[in-house]
Amino acid sequence: MNGSLALLALVLLVPVSAAQDLAIRAGLLHTAESAPIRDAVVVVRAGQIAAFGPAASTPIPTGMRTLSAAVVTPGIVDAHCVIGLAGHLNQPHDQDQHDPSGPIQPELRAIDAYNARERLVEWVRGFGVTTLHTGHGPNALITGQTLIAKTRGGTVDEAVIVPRAMIAATLGKDARGDGPGKGPGTAGKQVALLREALIGAQEYAVKVANAGGDAAKRPDRDLRKEALVDVLQQKVPLLVTAQRHQDIESALRLQREFGFRLVLDGAAEAYVVLDSIRAAVVPVLAHPPMARFWGELENASRSTPTKLRDAGILFAFQSGYESYVPKTRVVLYEAAIAAAHGLGPDAALRAITIDAARILGVEARLGSVAVGKDGDFALYDGDPFEYTSHCLATVIEGSVVFEGRR
Amino acid sequence: MSHRSRQVFLALLLVTPALAQERPLAFAGARILPIARAPIDDGVLVVHAGKIVAVGTRGAVAIPPTATVLDVQGKVLMPGLVDTHSHVGGGWGADSSAPIQPGVRMLDAVNCRDSGLQRAQAGGITTLNVMSGSGHLMSGQTIYLKNRDADTIEGLVYRFADGSPMGGMKMANGTNSQDPPPFPGTRGKSAALVREQFVAAQEYKRKLDAAGDDAEKRPARDLALEGLLEILSGKRIVHHHTHRHDDVVTVLRLSSEFGFRVVLHHVSEAWKVADEIVAAQAPCSLIVIDTPGGKLEAADFDARSAAELEQRGAAHLVGFHTDDWITDSRLFLRSAALAVRAGCTRETALAGLTRNAAAMLDLQDRVGTLEPGKDADFIVLSGDPLSVYTKVEETWVEGQKVFDLAREADRRYADGGWGVGHPRVETVCCLAGGDR
Repeated sequence: MNGSLALLALVLLVPVSAAQDLAIRAGLLHTAESAPIRDAVVVVRAGQIAAFGPAASTPIPTGMRTLSAAVVTPGIVDAHCVIGLAGHLNQPHDQDQHDPSGPIQPELRAIDAYNARERLVEWVRGFGVTTLHTGHGPNALITGQTLIAKTRGGTVDEAVIVPRAMIAATLGKDARGDGPGKGPGTAGKQVALLREALIGAQEYAVKVANAGGDAAKRPDRDLRKEALVDVLQQKVPLLVTAQRHQDIESALRLQREFGFRLVLDGAAEAYVVLDSIRAAVVPVLAHPPMARFWGELENASRSTPTKLRDAGILFAFQSGYESYVPKTRVVLYEAAIAAAHGLGPDAALRAITIDAARILGVEARLGSVAVGKDGDFALYDGDPFEYTSHCLATVIEGSVVFEGRR
Repeated sequence: MSHRSRQVFLALLLVTPALAQERPLAFAGARILPIARAPIDDGVLVVHAGKIVAVGTRGAVAIPPTATVLDVQGKVLMPGLVDTHSHVGGGWGADSSAPIQPGVRMLDAVNCRDSGLQRAQAGGITTLNVMSGSGHLMSGQTIYLKNRDADTIEGLVYRFADGSPMGGMKMANGTNSQDPPPFPGTRGKSAALVREQFVAAQEYKRKLDAAGDDAEKRPARDLALEGLLEILSGKRIVHHHTHRHDDVVTVLRLSSEFGFRVVLHHVSEAWKVADEIVAAQAPCSLIVIDTPGGKLEAADFDARSAAELEQRGAAHLVGFHTDDWITDSRLFLRSAALAVRAGCTRETALAGLTRNAAAMLDLQDRVGTLEPGKDADFIVLSGDPLSVYTKVEETWVEGQKVFDLAREADRRYADGGWGVGHPRVETVCCLAGGDR
């Protein structure tokens, strides 16, 4: 078993070993950690950042391939999307973000559904997006699992860096079904079903623990309960999409009862319950600022990100879920709107790099320019947030995965 | 309200703009983008009684001694934006009873208190073509709105020379208008149904002409056929939803067969058939979306369509729209900016939001440029119209300020917040001589 795991790990590592050495010359290098550096150089060796600093004191090794751009940022992180499960054609055959057979399906794994060759992956990669947190959508009470992938590779194994990142739950209109087998019809029923499922998982965990190692005494394996046990044991966060204030409060109430790690998602009305969110020390994956302000987002505000920041709440941006046109948003574009509506470009950039990485638990590996981190970069011909700027290249672990002018 | 007092009230409403603007206003010091000619640094715009009186360089423009001079140094002034395709107002025209319903009017469907109109003001949109959706081959008559503050739809409509509410006709082809019968199931059937109706209208007209003034001989009035005749006579422009290259060419073919005037809308694949579009001189009201797809027809969307038309010498055919709710009225400038990102020139992109768009609605003599005699519809921007950081600070319609970012009540429509999406309930203040 250990041997085959090691072999599997080796196979997974193969694409990484193909990563190249690369140097990048930047008119302006945003590190997402400290002040930007003018006329900077970054050196990537074996896929990781080996050195960076002012060009005068950071030599480019002789013969190393060198890219140049006016502005360079860490690779952009889309903190939540359904890209790769939801395809751009929006036809039944390319929509794998939601199976409608039941309201609670935490056992559905994103790795069994992610299409690394989906055109939307290629599309956002062309804007500098190097990391996606993607998976099952906000379409039922619990739709399934999410994963974290780099926007590279032809298979999920070449792309994925965290096979199970979170379990996706939803409170509110999009989790409604109303009818036998169709899901809960009211807000009260939604929470009741979630509590019932989590309590069932608690009892399952007790039985498993009581059995000790005795296979004869343990309950039959239950994939659904196993997934929720991992939520209860804080091995995987529960991502709860909730737009309205009362649904946000319900998520926080559930978190207090069951003690899981909660990540709030959407949170259009967060600005009226900032104290509750701050007290719970819960991070927020804010809805895209260009999401349509209707339905449950009718009270949404372009100033919410600024209020989250001012309240000291850790937040990041996402491209989110779209059911029609556009099939996905572009997280760089979304952060730009927030940047221009009070948040400012520096905080907006952090919210699609290092702060996104923190919420996803991958900040030790990516999200900022630091020696030892993955060599993931986005190169632009101007301010990345300006409408008329272009992404010129995208780099993942030293490999140039996009070159052009998008 | 009695009929008589309502008449008085309406009369007051109509006079108000002039009352509120007895004195000319002179906006001085801004960079002015008249669109009709090159940008003017340190410019002056003089408006009076709802119309533009003068525009030019400071010193070269006579500012009337009675004028109130407003200092707009550091700002950018340009014509109010013309959104050639919007769904604000919460209205729907045709119902599910038939695929072709040219007698249905958006006039009768728009909620003039819908907050979408205020959001459009916040986005600098002063003229809108509001229409029904694309689920029909012909979903009815669109309505051209002047984005004033008004409590009735009559207070918003543009009017034809004959005094009737002005608008075009919404048509669609491709997949959106396909459905089980009586709707078409294929593209061939879609075109056949449309041709059948236009032929019926031609027959109707033949009978009308034959009857002349003889009421006895005239065929019975038919609202649907009358609507079609207004297309065939050129009074109403067809606003045609179309995405795929072959659907675009089908529209051009039908337009040529029946001689109707057409503006192509969305035109996701215009870049594939740019030669054919230019040959037909068909104006394109382009959608600009962030990502291709979301539906089969938009899978090959490319923002470079504007540039492709421009490079064929057809910059005048380039326009844009919000398709609100597909894109946000508050971010209409962004559509033009993304076309620039994809290779279009700034000049064409800005004309596509204003002058070219006005022409797509037969409103080029009233709006779309800053020229003497045109309506005093303009916006005050904090900077470059194509920068993400630029704010629409003020929106003026016929010399009246309808949006001011500095006013909390207006800022809410720009930023959102609690209850902003609800229809406006307060009655527009119109007699106090205030800002509104």
